Amino acid sequence: MACSATAKIIHNPLLLSSSRSAEKSDSCCKMLGPSSFLGSTSMSKKLVSVNKGASRVSRRSANVVAVSSDVVKEKKLKSSSAASSLLITKEEGLVLYEDMVLGRAFEDMCAQMYYRGKMFGFVHLYNGQEAVSTGFIKLLKKEDCVVSTYRDHVHALSKGVPAREVMSELFGKTTGCCRGQGGSMHMFSKEHNLLGGFAFIGEGIPVATGAAFTSKYKREVLKEDCDEVTLAFFGDGTCNNGQFFECLNMAALWKLPIVFVVENNLWAIGMSHLRATSDPQIWKKGPAFGMPGVHVDGMDVLKVREVANEAIARARRGEGPTLVECETYRFRGHSLADPDELRDPAEKAHYATRDPITALKKYILENNLASEAELKAIEKKIDEVVEDAVEFADESPVPARSQLLENVFADPRGFGIGPDGKYRCEDPKFTEGTAQV
Amino acid sequence: MFGFIRQRAACRGNHASSLERGIRATALRTFSSSGKEMTVRDALNSALDEEMSADPKVFLMGEEVGEYQGAYKISRGLLKKYGPERVRDTPITEAGFTGIGVGAAYYGLKPVIEFMTFNFSMQAIDHIINSAAKSNYMSAGQISVPIVFRGPNGAAAGVGAQHSQCFAAWYGSCPGLKVLVPYSSEDARGLLKAAIRDPDPVVFLENELLYGESFPVSAEALDSSFCLPIGKAKIEREGNDVTITAFSKMVGYALKAAEILAKEGISAEVINLRSIRPLDTSTINASVRKTNRLVTVEEGVPQHGVGAEICATVVEESFYYLDAPIERIAGADVPMPYAANLERIAVPQVDDIVRAAKRICYRSH
Repeated sequence: MACSATAKIIHNPLLLSSSRSAEKSDSCCKMLGPSSFLGSTSMSKKLVSVNKGASRVSRRSANVVAVSSDVVKEKKLKSSSAASSLLITKEEGLVLYEDMVLGRAFEDMCAQMYYRGKMFGFVHLYNGQEAVSTGFIKLLKKEDCVVSTYRDHVHALSKGVPAREVMSELFGKTTGCCRGQGGSMHMFSKEHNLLGGFAFIGEGIPVATGAAFTSKYKREVLKEDCDEVTLAFFGDGTCNNGQFFECLNMAALWKLPIVFVVENNLWAIGMSHLRATSDPQIWKKGPAFGMPGVHVDGMDVLKVREVANEAIARARRGEGPTLVECETYRFRGHSLADPDELRDPAEKAHYATRDPITALKKYILENNLASEAELKAIEKKIDEVVEDAVEFADESPVPARSQLLENVFADPRGFGIGPDGKYRCEDPKFTEGTAQV
Repeated sequence: MFGFIRQRAACRGNHASSLERGIRATALRTFSSSGKEMTVRDALNSALDEEMSADPKVFLMGEEVGEYQGAYKISRGLLKKYGPERVRDTPITEAGFTGIGVGAAYYGLKPVIEFMTFNFSMQAIDHIINSAAKSNYMSAGQISVPIVFRGPNGAAAGVGAQHSQCFAAWYGSCPGLKVLVPYSSEDARGLLKAAIRDPDPVVFLENELLYGESFPVSAEALDSSFCLPIGKAKIEREGNDVTITAFSKMVGYALKAAEILAKEGISAEVINLRSIRPLDTSTINASVRKTNRLVTVEEGVPQHGVGAEICATVVEESFYYLDAPIERIAGADVPMPYAANLERIAVPQVDDIVRAAKRICYRSH
């Protein structure tokens, strides 16, 4: 029973669907070697963090460009029209580019603001990983949910939370998306269905599984028309945590509409993934629980997007969860307080050559999807958006003192009964700084 | 418990029937005479049943809640009535399924998560506190979490240290949570219904030894829209000389102690806290201002306990009304032993309460 379910790995998603169905029936119990994956270098890539081999560097950077053009070549063979041989249309390309540039520009501005003292506490930046966020989240509807970790600014931006609100939240102002009460690590937006922002690693995974559970419950018990999907983003370190495995089990058991997205950037603060994990190939942990495990090059937004498309479609059809491991890299330290001394500079340099934004720009220009001028215009626009966000945040007021006691409970009587025998929340002085709680 | 009472009866020379009457009178004290009795187990079952039938978004999730009919049979019959999607048996993954419950609550459902005992909630406490209790605040009111965590709390009989801890003080110190501790069947029904309807996370601490106890219930309590307010304590027995606060099983002990004290001419007022967070300090203070003496009773350890909090608030608000220092009766400051005689002395008993009350009544004479 478990065979076809456990061993089915989505592979070569870029091949047209007709060939894929044939492969599906063939792949029963066949674990595909990672070399057949587009962009997958899982066997050899893990050694990068230990070795500084220049040969690997050149091979890998060659892969990124080569594979894209391989795919393009393949598609050209299969279709006649030049336009449909590309992975994306012009509009899609510009949307993806703009989203990634926004993520990058925003995070760079965060670093600046932090060092100027406008932002404080723990700030974890997403530079380098934009392809994962953009590749996945831009395929979602507004009602779909995203659950993230403390590295959540760019997930919030991709999901649609305005840059102004995110920046204000980081500055701790009352105009932030959580009125300044959450902060960098706790971005929530009910409107955009961003369910956090969690500081504890692994905490978001059961919450995401719960949101997927709700989706299924709404469809099957409440008989509503609901095919909402949830995406759970988390890192390589989290994949050793108990909650991760508990949720893989329950999601597969109950066939929940969720995609588990591992942003494997090889490092958990200063702990290399290889030092912490008995079997570093995270995608393998999916089939152990009865769901497909996919590995994808997380520095290439187009590949991520193709895999994401299939995984999300699978979940929407009701076929259950997927585990997607995205090989990616963070260009900065774990947080702005991390001196980032343990990572090998050669490794960092290597991944800098695989910058996802540069790769997409190259793809767009090489395939004449847009001109250099249009891309520059987007970059300029984003710069203005980010500048505007900073200005807005700067000028916004800090929360009033009375805000301290607000929002603890949805039902304010939860503060109990005051000395005068009435509910405390009815006391007009309740939310002033002098109120006794 | 009853063995002890009978011993006392023998040495005091009271005949058994009046003592029996006294015990039943304790239970019947404050209710109208509808004559109907209900066990706490049935009360919880009926509350769950009614809330699940009223709102299809309410569902029950936990270990053995479905086919096993509940580890303590609290969810008996619910699987058959509502089906396996609404009464979910889970694998043994507290952190996982608690988190799933919280995520479901974030996104619109109303889960009731059952812990087989609250000791197991420690494996899931990250979700109870960090993703449930704090979320409404962190999201500035956008994400409320209408979830109930329920299960037996505190010592049972001979279950050993890892199954006997009382968590009232632990959960009572978390902003964002509401913590309820029912005693009688009426409490169980009213508070569980209120908890399920409440839009905030509620920790509902039951007691295994109370499940089988029968209490009379009024017709009003049997109505399907019956709800008790969260944050209001109940005065189970009125009195003038000393206030005894207690919650959960200790309310029964306090009431028995009050009976014994009454025979010695000390009129004790027994307060059933019903709610640890928010704590009904106004009822407690009003009572202390009337009686001028206070004994707090709890099963947990004294340090940082519920009694400690009550003492602090009474000293803050009603210091000048106190005629004697406050007595704090709590469990022994040890993990729960297994041996039956040791377990008995590790938990407060009725005579501990009686002695404490007498101490503070005589102290000023």
